[in-house]
Amino acid sequence: MGAAQAGDQRAYARLLKDSVALIRAVARRQGVAVDALDDVVQETLLTVHRVRHTFDPSRSYDAWLAAIAARRAIDVLRGQGRRDRREVHDEHAYEMHADREDASADAERAQQALRLRKAIDTLPPGQREAVEQLGLKERSLAEAAVQTGRNTGALKVNLHRALKSLRDRLNGES
Amino acid sequence: MSDAPRHEALIDALGAELTPVRRLLPPWRRALGWLVVVAAVAVLLFFHYGASTMLHRWVAAPDLGWAALGAVVTAVTAALAAFMLAVPGRSPFWMWLPVPSAVLWIGASGLGCLRAHIPGMPVLDLHGANDCLIFIISFSIPLSGLLIWLLRRACPLRPTVTAVMVGLASASASASLLEICHNFDAAATDLMMHALAVAIVVVANVLMGGRLLSRA
Repeated sequence: MGAAQAGDQRAYARLLKDSVALIRAVARRQGVAVDALDDVVQETLLTVHRVRHTFDPSRSYDAWLAAIAARRAIDVLRGQGRRDRREVHDEHAYEMHADREDASADAERAQQALRLRKAIDTLPPGQREAVEQLGLKERSLAEAAVQTGRNTGALKVNLHRALKSLRDRLNGES
Repeated sequence: MSDAPRHEALIDALGAELTPVRRLLPPWRRALGWLVVVAAVAVLLFFHYGASTMLHRWVAAPDLGWAALGAVVTAVTAALAAFMLAVPGRSPFWMWLPVPSAVLWIGASGLGCLRAHIPGMPVLDLHGANDCLIFIISFSIPLSGLLIWLLRRACPLRPTVTAVMVGLASASASASLLEICHNFDAAATDLMMHALAVAIVVVANVLMGGRLLSRA
């Protein structure tokens, strides 16, 4: 990490690749489910990159990395907890909502999709990009950040604004 | 199963934008920087008020001297603990560092209520005690702001505990500064106001400072 702080890209890439296993181990110890481990890895790598100046080469790199990974693991667990409280589970939704599989419903859905597509096209470029990356292509924040070159905070804000204006626009039409 | 290609893509992207960084100074040096600012304010206050009243109070009522010592040591230890906690991988036990001096500070201040008051020295009324509240809070705001600004350059992974340390450091530093220009005997109302001011500063830091620090 000392070399990476001085700007050595190859040492940095090697270090980050070697760090993935420890990050996963720390996240598992914190109780993160297997399918969410990669999210913790991505968020931890982004944090490591942002705060790499706080590492002191005279101290343990593993302890420094493990502290960041543990924190990001807790963040992911909290995020999941919040989502679980808001979301309706499949079985419940299946029982509560009757099927309406007929031609008119199909046509209506197609129209709704078209309206949504048009509404997305009218969004400002930054917001449209956030919706496309995070909503339509279902990329993670970290991936979208790399693809678009924006930071995750900006993406979150753009997505939030985009959803608000889409909601206003579609509610206004109906 | 590991999503290795996704991580590799991210690692390559992060590697590509790697720039050299200036390493953070050791926590004790950063804490010293903040304490120098507090000391500079103290020097200005000494210049204006002199030390004779303060020393007279301490000779007449040693418990006030002990309380002042506790406040100064708390300012030093809480600031050091805040900077330690803001570096990933440092022990969380640093948060206990300011506790003994804070106990001395608060305990010795509380004892002030039990003894006879200093002969020839006025006792504060509620109006005067209000001035103490305003003094502690108005000095704590810039001192907390400076600490939070410095800590945001690090990475406080425990924002709430760090914010408690920020509140404790700035409140005890303000109380130490108040000691220089506090030419009154300690009365129960005055001590209550001090305690209230410290509580307000710590709670405000936890509510606002915690949020500011968690973005880091």
